Amino acid sequence: MSKRSIVPFGPHHPVLPEPIHLDLVLEDEKVVEAVPSIGFIHRGLEKLVEKKDFNEYVYVAERICGICSFMHGMGYCEAVEHVMGVEIPPRAKYLRTIWCEMSRLHSHLMWLGLLADAFGFESLFMQSWRMREKILDMFEASTGGRVIFSVNKIGGEMKDMDGDMLKGFLKILNEIEKELRELSKTFLDNKAVNSRLQGVGFLTKQQAHDLGTVGPFMRASGIDRDTRNMGYAAYSDIDFETITSNAGDSYARTEVRIKELFQSIDIIRQAVEKIPSGEIAVPVKGFPDGEYFMRVEQPRGEAVYYVKGNGTKFLDRVRVRTPTFANLPGMLETLKGSQLADVPILILTIDPCISCTER
Amino acid sequence: MNISKSPWLLHYDGSSCNGCDIEVLACTTPVYDVERFGVINTGNPKHADIFLITGGINSQNREVVKQLYSQMPDPKVVVAVGICACDGGIFKDCYNILGGVDKVIPVDIYVPGCAAKPESIIDGVVKAVGLLDKKRAEMKANASVSHKED
Repeated sequence: MSKRSIVPFGPHHPVLPEPIHLDLVLEDEKVVEAVPSIGFIHRGLEKLVEKKDFNEYVYVAERICGICSFMHGMGYCEAVEHVMGVEIPPRAKYLRTIWCEMSRLHSHLMWLGLLADAFGFESLFMQSWRMREKILDMFEASTGGRVIFSVNKIGGEMKDMDGDMLKGFLKILNEIEKELRELSKTFLDNKAVNSRLQGVGFLTKQQAHDLGTVGPFMRASGIDRDTRNMGYAAYSDIDFETITSNAGDSYARTEVRIKELFQSIDIIRQAVEKIPSGEIAVPVKGFPDGEYFMRVEQPRGEAVYYVKGNGTKFLDRVRVRTPTFANLPGMLETLKGSQLADVPILILTIDPCISCTER
Repeated sequence: MNISKSPWLLHYDGSSCNGCDIEVLACTTPVYDVERFGVINTGNPKHADIFLITGGINSQNREVVKQLYSQMPDPKVVVAVGICACDGGIFKDCYNILGGVDKVIPVDIYVPGCAAKPESIIDGVVKAVGLLDKKRAEMKANASVSHKED
């Protein structure tokens, strides 16, 4: 038997924008076990509900993570709206859908870039991020912010998008779609890229189910589940199919995410076509009393928001279960038996968001 | 503007929400693209001149930040990016946030914003380059003084 050794990975590592620490137990070059330790970004923001009232807390919820900022804010708002029995206007629902899908576009493009960076394809990284900047420009034009938007409030949205702006966005999306086809060819058909992704980090359907994975990581292992089908925001009016793949390796995860990019563009087109005119917010009176679980499909998978109010302006409890937290056991499973050189890519294929996980 | 040397950056995510981190990365990618001036985001503290740190300090990352800072060779400049790195920001009242980066290491430049915009981050880096030259000149002067005394 070969000698066992332990290689520390992180918390500061060139491939990770965020700190996470893994102790990799190796037998020669092969990883036998990976022991994670997290908590480097723990802030304790769930306890802030005791100091900020339920309206102010929207801003804290948006800062759970700067990548899915919009969806965190929306998830929290929808949970409180359910507790208070507020029905938001249809236009606000469509606005939320459009911004959600724009978030997914920017998040997946960012991930594609980071993946390319992890296997050393620098120009592909730059191309992905160049395209992502166009989405950020759309965000800046519509909300005023590039990564943190603060357009959600309890009872609706704070900003509206007029017809000209939406038409302009569709034009930009057409360009992005064209460029995306070129980009996806390199990710999916390039021999060098395929050699780093195909057959690496295999997770079976049974494992994906047993370990409780979510999002594209789960769908790449063949499980057909997407929280958007529950029909929050305006998703019940929109026609889309869940994208899955049966391969279960890193290539499948890339493929699922690339297909989701095209799907997001399609959803935005449908939403722009169907968006009704009218109010974007309703006035909210009183304080939340009761509890609710809200489930939202983020770019990384399903996030759960639990809100409990007691009839005062301060909530009793807010709990967030984020997708990366659910995906960590699956990631550790894919690391077992892998080569040390593949570890950075395997960590990236779950699209880790440590800020969400540790809050 | 007199850039005597293209500075290399070290980026560490303290306890930020990722917003400032992706903006730091966006600085090095097309549209902003500081890499064309030779400003490179390196992963190795021993190669870095400027330490960009985002997010506040908590009890677990305090030692990591100190260690990264001590591994950087002199002269070095620390830039606190975003309001959380400046003084804790929106998370100031959280139980696990000790405060801004200046609680553990000396900070030279503060870049405000939530999230800090790439323009202001680049502005911070440009200011850091000037400071780097100044610190280098001071180091040289001190070295020659101590040399004479020998």
